[in-house]
Amino acid sequence: MSNLKFLTNGLLKENPSFVLVLGTCPALAVTTSAINGAGMGAATMFVLICSNILISLLKNLIPDKVRIVAFIVVIASFVTIVDLSMKAFVPDLYKSLGIFIPLIVVNCIILGRAEAFAQKNATFPALLDGIGMGIGFTLALTIMGSIRELLGSGSIFDIKLVSETTKTMLLFILPPGAFLTYGYLIAIVNKLRAKN
Amino acid sequence: MAKKLESSVKNMILCLFFISLFMSAALGFVYQATKGPIAETQKKAEIDALKNVLPKFDNDPTTEAKEIEGLTYYIAKSGEKAVGCAVKTFTTKAFSGRFDLMVGFKVDGTINSIAVLEQKETPGLGDKMKTKWKDQFNGKNPKDFKMTVKKDGGEVDAISASTITSRAFCDATQKAYDGYIKNYAQQLNTGGNDE
Repeated sequence: MSNLKFLTNGLLKENPSFVLVLGTCPALAVTTSAINGAGMGAATMFVLICSNILISLLKNLIPDKVRIVAFIVVIASFVTIVDLSMKAFVPDLYKSLGIFIPLIVVNCIILGRAEAFAQKNATFPALLDGIGMGIGFTLALTIMGSIRELLGSGSIFDIKLVSETTKTMLLFILPPGAFLTYGYLIAIVNKLRAKN
Repeated sequence: MAKKLESSVKNMILCLFFISLFMSAALGFVYQATKGPIAETQKKAEIDALKNVLPKFDNDPTTEAKEIEGLTYYIAKSGEKAVGCAVKTFTTKAFSGRFDLMVGFKVDGTINSIAVLEQKETPGLGDKMKTKWKDQFNGKNPKDFKMTVKKDGGEVDAISASTITSRAFCDATQKAYDGYIKNYAQQLNTGGNDE
């Protein structure tokens, strides 16, 4: 079924982080722990799904010349909604993600999907595409966060796996570790794709 | 499928106008809906921090919080008796600029406990100040505890590889102590309030 393809596309074949290499800024910056990665992924997924739906609904009402402006207004509004809701209901996560929540506005995955997919397709495929891409992004960020947290602070989802005094590889929490992890993961995913 | 609207000036203006109108209405609604919970969470976080740093109290110190020279003072009472004072303090000498601490004092100026409110120090290095490291201040009175790191001739064990953070931590705590002594110590210590 072709609809199913829209959903699974984002998982591996067109994974936004590892294959399309979009949205690298949050992927590198917030993945210091698994929970941060998952939280960032979920927030992005929500915005992606909502903006995909709305833009595919409005696609015939938006004149071509102002489409980018209109998309950004839609996306920015959903991001502000996420920002306010997270501030109200998950303050700890909100604090650790900080500036990167408002910055979802300029995440190229969302504008990219609006431009390349939602404005050309019907609402239902756009919804599926949003879910698929969102899960792909969340998965990528969670994996990166888990690896960095495991190597850098010896825990996963805040569950300590080593004793307090064990020396961990601090490098992986710091920015260079983000690039290392990202590079290796892209290599692995490329290898997997080449096999298929 | 209907045809796409033409990019005429009228269409573009109308389209952007209605999208903005609709989205701002949605935002206004969400803002109203989350205003209450946000205020509540912030207040809860404040009270939790106070509970962590102060001896047992039963009033609501946030209602009488007072700001003097950039620091905020919370007086904790048990019944009518003042049991301590928490000072929300900050430093600008930290490795990544600024961080905020909540320092709890017993009425005689002894540090009861310290909580880290907001910080952006390097993960794994400077942000170790959130761990057991800060417990070394508990029960110390800055009157006879020299609050600088050992490298500078004081009595504080610095976090290894994070001397700047440790210095900044001392700076913020010292500021809180000085402010407390200057503004509140006398008032709380008179009238048989002393423990």
